[in-house]
Amino acid sequence: MLPILEITGSLNMLGYGLATLGPALGVAWIFASVINGTARQPEARGALLSTAWIGFAVVEALAIIGIALAFAIQ
Amino acid sequence: MGLLGLVIPMEGGEAEDSHWPPGVHSFDGRPLFPGAGVDWINNHLFQAVLGAVIVIGVWIWLANGHKLVPGKKQFAGEQIYNVLRNGIARDILGHEYRKFLPYLVALFSFILVNNLFGQFFLLMFPTFSKVGYAYALAMLTFILYNAAGIAKWGVFGYLKRMTLPEGVPPALWVIIIPLEFASNFIVRPITLALRLFANLFAGHLVVVVFVMGGALLLEQASIGYKLAGGVALLMSGAIFALEIFVAVLQAYIFTVLSAQYIASSIAEEH
Repeated sequence: MLPILEITGSLNMLGYGLATLGPALGVAWIFASVINGTARQPEARGALLSTAWIGFAVVEALAIIGIALAFAIQ
Repeated sequence: MGLLGLVIPMEGGEAEDSHWPPGVHSFDGRPLFPGAGVDWINNHLFQAVLGAVIVIGVWIWLANGHKLVPGKKQFAGEQIYNVLRNGIARDILGHEYRKFLPYLVALFSFILVNNLFGQFFLLMFPTFSKVGYAYALAMLTFILYNAAGIAKWGVFGYLKRMTLPEGVPPALWVIIIPLEFASNFIVRPITLALRLFANLFAGHLVVVVFVMGGALLLEQASIGYKLAGGVALLMSGAIFALEIFVAVLQAYIFTVLSAQYIASSIAEEH
């Protein structure tokens, strides 16, 4: 077989791929809510966004911890 | 090796025979003075220093020769500066934003320039896909937001604000205090660094897979492989466009979160 087609490596990466679903939905919901809120009340955009960034950081921390563990745990 | 030789010098690690599959070794640095005992002076350090020089030079160039009626140069510079000043610093930090504005502008420009090095044809490497550089930047922000909080509230006042939100009943203190401490002093700087690192690392790895894989496929005898290699190289253009977007986005997010963390440590009671 062509060497380029060999698949090697750790199953951790597949697990990480699955684990990103949660943070992906979380981040999506956060910004979907910001868009909704801004559409309803455009002048509240700044206040909504500043809360959203904190929430985004907290939710994305899960994905980041996931990628760290996917590399760290063999 | 032919076509592959064009790609390898940009990805480092000339010692090994095979560069496929790409992996962590694709991110190895090349010492600028091999054998001189200063292997830490490699192309990544050179890029970081070059990035700093570019940032300083460009902002000085943009700030010079201002007129009442702005020319093209001044207009462009003011547009970028306005996004950072009004869109990030003033919106998030409130009336105290001026003190932190130089740091935020420098941070954004430095990260942006270094990220765009990943798409720049001479360097082809985003500096922050080496995790050490990302840790260093996150440490700067960590020191800054803690120092700003301590300068404003004193050590114990600051610790109390950061670990104990208003109105928590005493029965819950034993849970809330360790959680808030871990969240504000441990998770924040680590995720700040790893977010930047992971995005650029993954992005650069995808670029390497498309470009090197495409080059490798082009060298195979079968016409089907050659076709697939051509498609992969064409697709790498789209990946590059995506990476430019990610570079700007990550620079923006890092700056916004730094401002957000500073704001949370100097925030008044409410």
